Amino acid sequence: MKYIKFFLIGILFGIIMTKSEIISWYRIQEMFRFHSFHMYGVIGSSVILGMIQVLIIKKINFKNIGGKIIEFKNKKLGRYNNLYGGIIFGLGWALTGACPGPMYILIGNGYYIFGVVILSAILGAFTYGAIKEKLPH
Amino acid sequence: MNIIDFISKPWPWYVAGPMISVVMFLLLWSGKTFGISSSLRNICSIAGAGRYYKYFDFNWRKEIWNIVFIVGAILGGYIASSFFQNLDPLKLSNNTINDLSKLGIVFSGELVPNEIFNIHSLATLKGFLIIVIGGFFVGFGARWAGGCTSGHAISGLSNFQLPSLIAVIGFFIGGLIMTHLIFPLIF
Repeated sequence: MKYIKFFLIGILFGIIMTKSEIISWYRIQEMFRFHSFHMYGVIGSSVILGMIQVLIIKKINFKNIGGKIIEFKNKKLGRYNNLYGGIIFGLGWALTGACPGPMYILIGNGYYIFGVVILSAILGAFTYGAIKEKLPH
Repeated sequence: MNIIDFISKPWPWYVAGPMISVVMFLLLWSGKTFGISSSLRNICSIAGAGRYYKYFDFNWRKEIWNIVFIVGAILGGYIASSFFQNLDPLKLSNNTINDLSKLGIVFSGELVPNEIFNIHSLATLKGFLIIVIGGFFVGFGARWAGGCTSGHAISGLSNFQLPSLIAVIGFFIGGLIMTHLIFPLIF
């Protein structure tokens, strides 16, 4: 039962992403062509509100459901991997028109072919794990 | 925006953006961090990849919440498209419609171009490239970069993380190269 909240938050997320058309291949094209403010507005406003939220949480030592003070893990800075990995991700994002969240949500929207996109993404993650030691980080 | 519009029309950015930050908050409050591409790693681990590669050798039972979240998101997509469907066709900017038509992609008014995203196009070079290679790049790139749009762009930038800013710049370099330089060659 402890998982039910994640299920409910997931449902909320799927509804938001569908209703605002963020999962649309066309919207991603529009974004990469700078023809609409929509995607920039979504990402920008969520990041700005996210920053305010993080600052407040840290300031007041806000506690999570388990009574522990929320701690933020720092992302690891790599000399190469953030940029190189990011670029490869971007190439794929423009091709499929979907980052991992939308891939899943599109299946819920009835676009079952995105199951193949997800399998390919899993294979991509697997390949990364297999050759990780040989890649610059 | 009245309630009928809210249900039957697409949500503008100033509704969606703040709501995504609410999702981020709810996960933080639940003791987790918003980030979806880690699920790809978890799935590999659940399937037993930890026996072969160290990267997948961790206690995936602790990360099950991430899979539950995704199952919820899929159901959310189903609920939104079945019960709160956007009744009008997608309003894509005319400039994008024109650009795409020059590449031979007809704007269908749906969420994705069906002529590309169907099971038959998998057998064509173009379809295989977009669906399989595209998906592979997303999974490989996200894991190499240490996160995707949710983990880096939303969670990371919200926490003023330099690695996330670098990754997001990378996302856009890749996306712009693909859209403006490689698309004209593929289509």
